[in-house]
Amino acid sequence: MLPRDLKPDQFTGYPPEARKLILAHLDLLRRLPLSFVPSLLREAIDYDYRFPAERSALDRELASLNALQPAQLNDRFAAFERVSLSSALEQFDWVNLPAQFVEQQSAYLWSTHQLDAFRKAATDYGEQLQAAAPSKELPVRRLGIAVIGQGVSSYDGKLFRNLRQHGTYFSSIKPDKGFDLLFAAVETRATEHAVPYGHWYVDGGGPIPHSASIIGVSYNGLDTLRAVLLKRMQSEIASPGMGPEELRTRMARLVPADLGMDKNGDQVLDRFKVKLLTEGSGTQIYSTTFAQWATREVLRRAQALTLLVRFAPRQRQRPLNELLANTKGNAELDPLGSLIDADMAAWYQWINQQRLPGSEHSAFIAWFEGHSEAVAVGPSFPEGAESTSEIDLRELFKLATT
Amino acid sequence: MTPLVSNSRTPWETARALSATRRDFLRGASSLALGSAMTSASPFLRGETARKKRKVIVITFGGGARDQETFAPEGQENIPNMLRELAPQSSFFTHVTNQGILGHYVATASLATGVYETLNNFSAIAPEHPTVFEYFRKDLNRPSSDAWVVAPSNGFNRIGESECRSYGLGQGARVILPKHLLSAASAGPSPDIEHLLRDNYESPLYTPQIGGNEVELQQMENILRLSVADFMSHAKTVSSPDELSVYIAKRLMQQEAPSLLWITMHDIDVAHSGAYSLYIEGIRRTDRLCLEMWKAVESHPEYANNTTMFVLPDFGRDSDYDAGGNGFQHHRTGDAASRTTWMMALGAGVRQGVVYEDPLQSIDLVPSLGALMGFSAAQSAGKPIRELL
Repeated sequence: MLPRDLKPDQFTGYPPEARKLILAHLDLLRRLPLSFVPSLLREAIDYDYRFPAERSALDRELASLNALQPAQLNDRFAAFERVSLSSALEQFDWVNLPAQFVEQQSAYLWSTHQLDAFRKAATDYGEQLQAAAPSKELPVRRLGIAVIGQGVSSYDGKLFRNLRQHGTYFSSIKPDKGFDLLFAAVETRATEHAVPYGHWYVDGGGPIPHSASIIGVSYNGLDTLRAVLLKRMQSEIASPGMGPEELRTRMARLVPADLGMDKNGDQVLDRFKVKLLTEGSGTQIYSTTFAQWATREVLRRAQALTLLVRFAPRQRQRPLNELLANTKGNAELDPLGSLIDADMAAWYQWINQQRLPGSEHSAFIAWFEGHSEAVAVGPSFPEGAESTSEIDLRELFKLATT
Repeated sequence: MTPLVSNSRTPWETARALSATRRDFLRGASSLALGSAMTSASPFLRGETARKKRKVIVITFGGGARDQETFAPEGQENIPNMLRELAPQSSFFTHVTNQGILGHYVATASLATGVYETLNNFSAIAPEHPTVFEYFRKDLNRPSSDAWVVAPSNGFNRIGESECRSYGLGQGARVILPKHLLSAASAGPSPDIEHLLRDNYESPLYTPQIGGNEVELQQMENILRLSVADFMSHAKTVSSPDELSVYIAKRLMQQEAPSLLWITMHDIDVAHSGAYSLYIEGIRRTDRLCLEMWKAVESHPEYANNTTMFVLPDFGRDSDYDAGGNGFQHHRTGDAASRTTWMMALGAGVRQGVVYEDPLQSIDLVPSLGALMGFSAAQSAGKPIRELL
């Protein structure tokens, strides 16, 4: 089936808001190429469970395409039209299984050497979309904070190597009560600029209590969910004929209720938590990977205005089958390796933050927890500079946000 | 404030920039000469006697490492052995691209056939096109004991020979899978060696099952001249699967002295777990193991002075700046950083201390080996590397 054959009754399996959105734009979808439409449906099918920023982006995208004249629309999708797909892909149930289609399409593009052309088409499309449908101005400048190195008493290596060139390195930070100061400042900011799913706290260990103005996600807080998921994965692996692609497909279909989560909880947030564990590689095993991936997804999907991330020591490397079996409760920790993981993750947090609207005004702080080293990036901080000023984290926060 | 670096360059420009970084660094660090300035005739020996004695070892520096953790200035601390010991005596090719599928088994199969294979990366199936081992054995009439592959996981079980009718069954390399050997010898996992049995970092949940434990154990006793007890005892002293592979490779060199030996390293691919420090550990270990292999060549009478060793990654890893990826963790975007790698050639007949910056493709390796060893890689889509001829 091709997009031109789409009919309203094919979307009866979609959740109500998603169905309404699609049916309102069905004529548009019929005019788009098969190499593109399932990617759009993959986003739309979960519309009911998307963050406000994601809904808004999808709304803007569809409105922008609807506003194009036929010739403009043809021109916009010419590169996607040139992508050749197999008859097997055409016959795939891409309306109801768009994510699986996209995965199979990706494999097909690799094997037919069309991936580079597809990548270029997608990149060009994204840039045109960004230019045609700019985001609204932010209520407050975006702020990211990474707290790394918990449990490390000393480190001789050079931290923040990548970030230093983009901001100012502080070598005399007063570390006393540093995390508490940052956390309190984030809570105040979240209260003053309340935005649904706008202010986040990700912890690679156990969470500390926080106000309702902040969304919190932590590695230890998902212990039960992770244990249920790992048990389920072990069971699936043992199924006859199970391969990596089928396993990934089955994991992607899981919803909170499948894993015993409360049906009356926040469905948007609960689905997000499940996806962190089912779509992220290594998030089930290493707390540093969990925190890094959660950070990426909070920024990419929720477009957080504030994101405080605190990394905790991950377990030492063990055989993967043992890790997956989750047999040993109190695994030995690797604080030093975790510091190196988190230093890189802080760099990625800043990169991902800079991909979002308003990046020219956004600010970022990374701090070696309990120590005097930090780096700050933003309009207030000269690039490639070093400061020996003795300031505490509250003062650094203030510098970053004013 | 400087805006975030955007990848507005074309993939070609980015790839050129990557290779330029390696070249500049290598020239500075190791006093290497630029290859375009070299005009002398090839140092490779041409005589039939020399060819018959020639041995080739290929090491894939796997699975996938980026410039910024290896040859770029900030990565040099991770590869001290390659830079200080191997680079000064090597011909270094700065710009090798892989235009195929970036999965480790399919990419290694492509390296071994000289054709971009399209097989399922996670299945233990044979390459479609003839392998270098089949060309070598058929054209030069060599026995099976003269071509060996030491590979990291069960998924590489079929890498030794293709499905091609005019080559294929029984005409390829013998494949030894140290982890399978270990599993067979231990008759099941034990806590001491479980860390060596990991099959696949990219899809760690999946291990293709292959049979033949009896054959594996016979290999160990008859070919490696190694008792199960000695093997198990050694296995418990190594820290990674690649260390076990190098141990087996050196044992093969002692016992069989194959003329064509292919070793696929894989420890670096632990990057898929998302732990950057483990990825760096993997690079440092692989760097050390490459030197260990070269020292084994130099100290072995069958190999010293007549062996050419090639070291090359199967491909790179995703750039930090590609929004479709997650930096070092995977190799899924197909961006320039994940497709652009390098190759080091050293030993018999290789010009020492030279850097070549002209673009090559990874599939050029097989026809180049053919030109060196005297066989025809008839179905390869690559071209012989003229700087090696």
